[in-house]
Amino acid sequence: MPRSAELQRLIDGLALFPDWEERYRAIIDLGKRLEPLSDEEHSETNRVRGCVSQVWLVEDEPEQDPVRMHFRADSDSFIVKGLIGILLSMYDGQPPEAIVEMDSMKVFGELGLDRHLSPLRSNGLFSIDREIKKRAAARVA
Amino acid sequence: MAVPKQKSQPASRQEAQAADVLDASHVRADFPILDRDIHGKKLVYLDNAASTQKPRAVIDAVKHYYERYNSNVHRGVHHLSQEATFAYEGARKRVQALLNAEDDSEIIFTRGTTEAINLVAQTYGRANLGPGDEVLISVMEHHSNIVPWQLVCEQTGATLKAVPIDEHGALVMDELERLLTEKTKIVALGHISNSLGTINPIQKIAAMAHAVSAVLVVDGAQGLPHARVDVRELDADFYAFSGHKVYGPTGIGGLYGRRELLDAMPPWQGGGDMILTVAIDRSTYNDPPFRFEAGTPNIAGAIGLAAALDYVDSLGYERVAAHEAELLAYGTAALEQIEDLRLIGTAPEKAGVLSFVMDGAHPHDVGTILDQEGIAIRTGHHCAQPVMEHFCVPATARASIGIYNTREDIDALVRGLRKVREVFG
Repeated sequence: MPRSAELQRLIDGLALFPDWEERYRAIIDLGKRLEPLSDEEHSETNRVRGCVSQVWLVEDEPEQDPVRMHFRADSDSFIVKGLIGILLSMYDGQPPEAIVEMDSMKVFGELGLDRHLSPLRSNGLFSIDREIKKRAAARVA
Repeated sequence: MAVPKQKSQPASRQEAQAADVLDASHVRADFPILDRDIHGKKLVYLDNAASTQKPRAVIDAVKHYYERYNSNVHRGVHHLSQEATFAYEGARKRVQALLNAEDDSEIIFTRGTTEAINLVAQTYGRANLGPGDEVLISVMEHHSNIVPWQLVCEQTGATLKAVPIDEHGALVMDELERLLTEKTKIVALGHISNSLGTINPIQKIAAMAHAVSAVLVVDGAQGLPHARVDVRELDADFYAFSGHKVYGPTGIGGLYGRRELLDAMPPWQGGGDMILTVAIDRSTYNDPPFRFEAGTPNIAGAIGLAAALDYVDSLGYERVAAHEAELLAYGTAALEQIEDLRLIGTAPEKAGVLSFVMDGAHPHDVGTILDQEGIAIRTGHHCAQPVMEHFCVPATARASIGIYNTREDIDALVRGLRKVREVFG
């Protein structure tokens, strides 16, 4: 599965920071740059259950783009939002057939961030990843 | 006697030492895990309200049981079973003595506080509640002292009411008095709040509850680790606690219940050991505490729990409380110096819990940055969502103090929080 230029740029950019502090700063910046959802979109329906931070996921209507899937997401934690930014750069604008094949754990592993995607980590990121995959699988079926 | 025992000091010696300072460096040496490095940094463990670390004495007691006399209790005529039974029942006697219960039959071993509260709700509660009756809890309760009461209220038609808390996180006592009526059958309150650290005036509340003939159930999960608990002095009817919060193993805890209440309570879970006779059409039940301990219990856990309580007792509860109070005061003063940090829970009577929020940094992010520095704290709603709602925060970061913590740990926390400030700008 070829990676989008944006994702590759992100991965390369983060790899420039060998020390955790700089890397987290970059993730936080990424989180701050991600367009926030509107007040209405911060709804219970869009909320993905996480334990510590709150996470919301919005999928744009399929009518607008019958081929590719478009996602936007938000969190009240900047670190989680930055990590979501990485996830979205993988999934957003991709066809469902590609999304189901993607290995987010591998990407996060390359970034040394895989523990954030673990099901044991209660930050909502695992749930959002699973939710996107589930919706893509439903579109493929 | 197969159980290794921690040396216990006589009360008079403990009293004499009450003014002494706990030697935390000496205490630290008893906890093997504290040697660990996390992300290349020395572990600073400040998540004691979630679970405490275990001293060598506890680890050894559990290991010794499995290595030397592991066997089922109350059943065998063989030697190992007798040794195991002796140790298990010995553990019950130690818990009884340390809680100053009148009789060891008043101590029921459970998986922990949660199971103990569910047990009271499903036995005493189910047998004694009906439509029109009320159960009184408070807004500061842990979910495990809310949900079991919601369940039994749904089952019996009783109503659940909650005492509000003030801006410091203390119970509004006038409201407690107003809500306590002839309808109140059960008052269930935490001894110490896990999310705020507030110490509730249990003795006073017991008198108020008893004046309207209600029973008082105390959630002691955070109480037992921080103070000497004397159930008779507190005048609690039930006192629930967890082993792992008081330097003992996970999966073990207990319930103290006044004997006459336990005697009248129907069983909850059915199985082996809780019966006298079983026929296909009916069974008769054993006396407390066995009536409430169906199946093979957590034998190693009970032995470990007794070793943990003996360990804390050997340090002296008064010194433990003084040590934690000193660190709490030191930590409170230090955290108050950090820009845009707000302490959540500032009740005058408080145990070693520092719950806080920082402007511009979500508790999750605070916890993540601190973790990189080797500092373990808890972030989240601490299973106390009504408390979070009261303070209008989605979550807090919480540092909680144990017997092995030092001023250096607090200093490390403060340095970590300054780093959080730097990273978040």
